[in-house]
Amino acid sequence: MRNEKCEFTEAEEDTFEPKENPILSHEELNSDENAGPSQPESLEKGRIKIRVRNLSLFYGPTQALKQVYMKILRQSVTALIGPSGCGKSTFLRTLNRMNDTIPGVRIEGRVRIDNIDIYGPQINVVALRRVVGMVFQKSNPFPKSIFDNVAYGPRLHRIKSRITLKEIVESSLKKAALWDEVKDRLHQSAMELSGGQQQRLCIARALAVNPEILLMDEPASALDPISTGKIEELIHSLKENYTIIIVTHNMQQAARISDYTAYFYLGSLVEYGTTKKIFTNPERKETEDYVTGRFG
Amino acid sequence: MPIFQDADSPKEDQNAPREVLLPLGESSLDFQRFITSKKFHFSEWLMEKLLLIAGVSSVLIILLIFIFLFKEAVFFFQTGRLLDLIGKWVYDPWDEKTSFKMMWQAVSEIPKYSLIPLLCGSFLVAIPATIISTILGIGSAVYLSEIASAKTREILKPTLELLAGIPTVVIGFFMLAVAASFLQEIFHTQFRLNAFAGSLGVAITTLPIIVTLSEDALRAVPQELRNASLALGASKWQTIWGTALPAAVSGISASVILGFGRALGETMIVVMATGNAALVTGNIFSSVRTMTANIAAELGSVDRGSEHYYALFVVGAVLFTLTFFLNLSSEIVLNKMRRRLRM
Repeated sequence: MRNEKCEFTEAEEDTFEPKENPILSHEELNSDENAGPSQPESLEKGRIKIRVRNLSLFYGPTQALKQVYMKILRQSVTALIGPSGCGKSTFLRTLNRMNDTIPGVRIEGRVRIDNIDIYGPQINVVALRRVVGMVFQKSNPFPKSIFDNVAYGPRLHRIKSRITLKEIVESSLKKAALWDEVKDRLHQSAMELSGGQQQRLCIARALAVNPEILLMDEPASALDPISTGKIEELIHSLKENYTIIIVTHNMQQAARISDYTAYFYLGSLVEYGTTKKIFTNPERKETEDYVTGRFG
Repeated sequence: MPIFQDADSPKEDQNAPREVLLPLGESSLDFQRFITSKKFHFSEWLMEKLLLIAGVSSVLIILLIFIFLFKEAVFFFQTGRLLDLIGKWVYDPWDEKTSFKMMWQAVSEIPKYSLIPLLCGSFLVAIPATIISTILGIGSAVYLSEIASAKTREILKPTLELLAGIPTVVIGFFMLAVAASFLQEIFHTQFRLNAFAGSLGVAITTLPIIVTLSEDALRAVPQELRNASLALGASKWQTIWGTALPAAVSGISASVILGFGRALGETMIVVMATGNAALVTGNIFSSVRTMTANIAAELGSVDRGSEHYYALFVVGAVLFTLTFFLNLSSEIVLNKMRRRLRM
């Protein structure tokens, strides 16, 4: 691993000790936020949604994530790529604390969303997951009607009015580009939808609780090319309002839809930068080998 | 080395003239002989048939019981006194009135074979027993599958299975000798042995059925559904209530129906703990006689071929039909769940 010094000097980050930073190699993403006006516009302070500092995760004795540093920008699509078992899904799940449900998981380091440490003692995990929505690899609609699937989240948060629920369901389904296909059969079982429709329903369901961040764990890996295309279009359109982080095995997909790409290998973040740079001119040899298909 | 080695050929045959063990391409004639060397294996045929018999034996047994029960019961119907199964107009010399009596008094000057008090007794025991074991059982199943740690589960699950292994006569004995007096002290009941005491005992036997099957149903709910619910910001309880339980509801109902069938069929505990008085009553603290207890108590001492004998078979046939349809419906409900969850 290459070691590159990277200093963090934010005022609010007083307990943070500058450490050797092996991963942030791309100057745009990795430079000091408080540097002079020559900063690229994309690195204005307000644009950073998630800051991950020195994050390590252990499953019992095995270390699944090794000191990951990452800054994720709001209203952008960030793709996490890497071979199977490299920790990209684990990393994704640390962002809404879904790893909490697995016994024996230990986490070190910091994850801050809008400058709030989500592993802090006062964090309400339930509220956090409402802000950080998630779409899973395998589409997992509840065995309920389409309407009830989308209304599940709002109902959890005590929205009872039928009219409000209808509005939320309609707008969520519209955002997920599924409304036209299902508007006449909202009360049929969601299990009758096709795989691609089910996945878009899951996206609609995640959008219905009005999250700010959307985590997607290989959302299109089980879908045919046409459904995949629709999901990708959808991700592109959702970018305006949400911060999207997507794990994908498909490098063309990462190149097509993401603005930033992070390459994970063996639990470490090897390289992180704009998608264009990662795919055309990566700084690290390992990244180049992976994105060109020579490895992985 | 031969590519195709006939499983039946002994090893020493390898140097003998190779008949059917030729690799492809060496000789088209031998290859032809190889692939056309189909043989009839008697042992395989026999094994298949024996396993078939084992497989269908349960169907056969049910069929035979069914035929036997109904064949005997039909003799009662041949007497043409179907109304007797509900009640009988009896002249009462004390009141000097003729009244419609729903009683089971098989050994009497005017034998009465009303099923109503027996049905009353059976349901008065089975329904409370099912309610008690459902409440306890579903709670226990939810705890085991959703909340308990692997370690707790390791202890609790075998304990529950142990409960299923207790002989019912032991439970009956316990209810009769110990629990009944205790219950009478608490509830100040007129009869020491009553339907409630019986149903508590029966609940012990149905509890493991309901817990085991409900827990299976809950564990069959894919983890992805729970994750989806949690990721939407549901708490653990909201996930159990809103996702796991609804998805498992068919399996849980099937377990309750099956438990109810088991409670209807339970014999030893009710013989010992319910007092065995065939009364038409809705009072849970009254003594009752169930269909099963009635058969167990009387069939041993009845004259074979008498009216009483056949009447007992009618009771048996009714019981069989009831439990048969209960089990059938639980099976249907379970299938519905499997379809719904695409398992």
